Amino acid sequence: MIHQFKNNGYNIVLDVESGAIHQVDEPTYEMIARYKDCSRDELFSHMKDSFPDIDHQELNEIYDEIAQLESEGSLFSGEDYKEAFHDYSRRPTVVKALCLHVAHDCNLSCRYCFAAEGTYHGSSRELMSLETGKVALDYLVRNSGIRRNLEVDFFGGEPLLNFDVVKELVAYGRQLEHEHDKRFRFTLTTNGVLLNDEVMEFANRELYNVVLSLDGRRQVNDRMRPFRGSDAVGSYDRIVPKLLRFAKGRQGQYYVRGTYTHHNLDFTNDVFHLADLGFDQISVEPVVASSEDEYAIRKEDLPKLFSEYDRLAAEMVRRHGTPEDFNFFHFMIDLEGGPCVYKRLSGCGSGTEYLAVTPSGDLYPCHQFVGSEEFKMGDVFSGIHRHDLVGEFASCNVYSKPECRECFARFYCSGGCAANAYHFHGSILDTYEIGCELQKKRVECAIMIQVALADSSDESSES
Amino acid sequence: MKHIKTLPTKRLSQTTKKGGCGECQTSCQSACKTSCTVGNQSCEQK
Repeated sequence: MIHQFKNNGYNIVLDVESGAIHQVDEPTYEMIARYKDCSRDELFSHMKDSFPDIDHQELNEIYDEIAQLESEGSLFSGEDYKEAFHDYSRRPTVVKALCLHVAHDCNLSCRYCFAAEGTYHGSSRELMSLETGKVALDYLVRNSGIRRNLEVDFFGGEPLLNFDVVKELVAYGRQLEHEHDKRFRFTLTTNGVLLNDEVMEFANRELYNVVLSLDGRRQVNDRMRPFRGSDAVGSYDRIVPKLLRFAKGRQGQYYVRGTYTHHNLDFTNDVFHLADLGFDQISVEPVVASSEDEYAIRKEDLPKLFSEYDRLAAEMVRRHGTPEDFNFFHFMIDLEGGPCVYKRLSGCGSGTEYLAVTPSGDLYPCHQFVGSEEFKMGDVFSGIHRHDLVGEFASCNVYSKPECRECFARFYCSGGCAANAYHFHGSILDTYEIGCELQKKRVECAIMIQVALADSSDESSES
Repeated sequence: MKHIKTLPTKRLSQTTKKGGCGECQTSCQSACKTSCTVGNQSCEQK
């Protein structure tokens, strides 16, 4: 299967199954589109209709180049991984990542919060005890098999409301690393309200990644991210200086991460705002909400959002290599060192290798299912009780979703988010259409950026 | 080639031989938490 698209003046052909990416001229783009559908004579006849000035020699050149790529397996490769993946997917699963909800409590009251202001629809606000956290880490190590790299995300609510436990758990994790020959990568996802020098020093020493929440422009952020309380004051003015200071002093990975909604469809301006503030690692992504929520992204918003992603990608190409350069998480794509085909087809790992742990130690397939009793899988003290759920999530992959099987983006999104599919269609084996359309657009933009950078690099080496 | 410029990419079929070790980052343990993106993850074996 091939996928052809035009973006920012480039004609791009993706050979989906091999992963090969080609930048082509206009006649070649046209010929590739019809190459498999007609004979050489019919093809040349059509090409002469479309390109009256083209001569026979050029048509032969183009045809021969396409044929060469086809013979090399980088065009129309059509490789089928179903059998190999079938064997792989039957292997026993292990747990390698935990989303540790150290605080079901929050100091903000974000209007779109899927965690219901940190409580996850539970009746009370709750902090994880050190003892429960240690049992969770023990559970992870015990169920990780031969996996060496383990991941723990301190999540909430707002995890810095329970910072002492975070610190103790990292220390405990370091102890487990030595005892069991494992490597922990710790991440902190925080709204930044409680960031201070102590947190910064700790994060630089111990945390692999820090995710800082900020939506962008002041009015955009403050509309959705106010403090708790009756006056509901916006959080922008209080957190931006802290986040900036943190980002500038950060040693290690970080992202400033925003959510866009129906109210800021021009979200690219928020990305630029974050970049212009001085953040260079940025992730801004669509809100996931019920269609009844007034801020939910609607199908009719898609054309506007597509044009915004195009605008963002073109601007990132323009800024590349300049002091204004920044990285956008959803346009990152690792063409030469990306994951293997098994990872690309396996789905996100929720419910199998990735589990969420509540403050009381209950296990859920991922953070987005926390609070839905029907998805409670067990607890860190006694292990998994709902093996049926593990089996259901283990079967969730690109081949189990009819919409994914013929989608060009399937090797980049891995079948999408199971929670989104469930919330919109009642089945983790379904897909979330708006999310899919946005994902496809982001993949195209990410590829275009790589094509543009390769093009400008070729130009500079020629000059 | 005169009409086609091919980007250097890792051939996906090659990854079936040594892939599947499961050591790479779980996709939601990154910066998203609401979507699934694997194309930007890195292989631990490279």
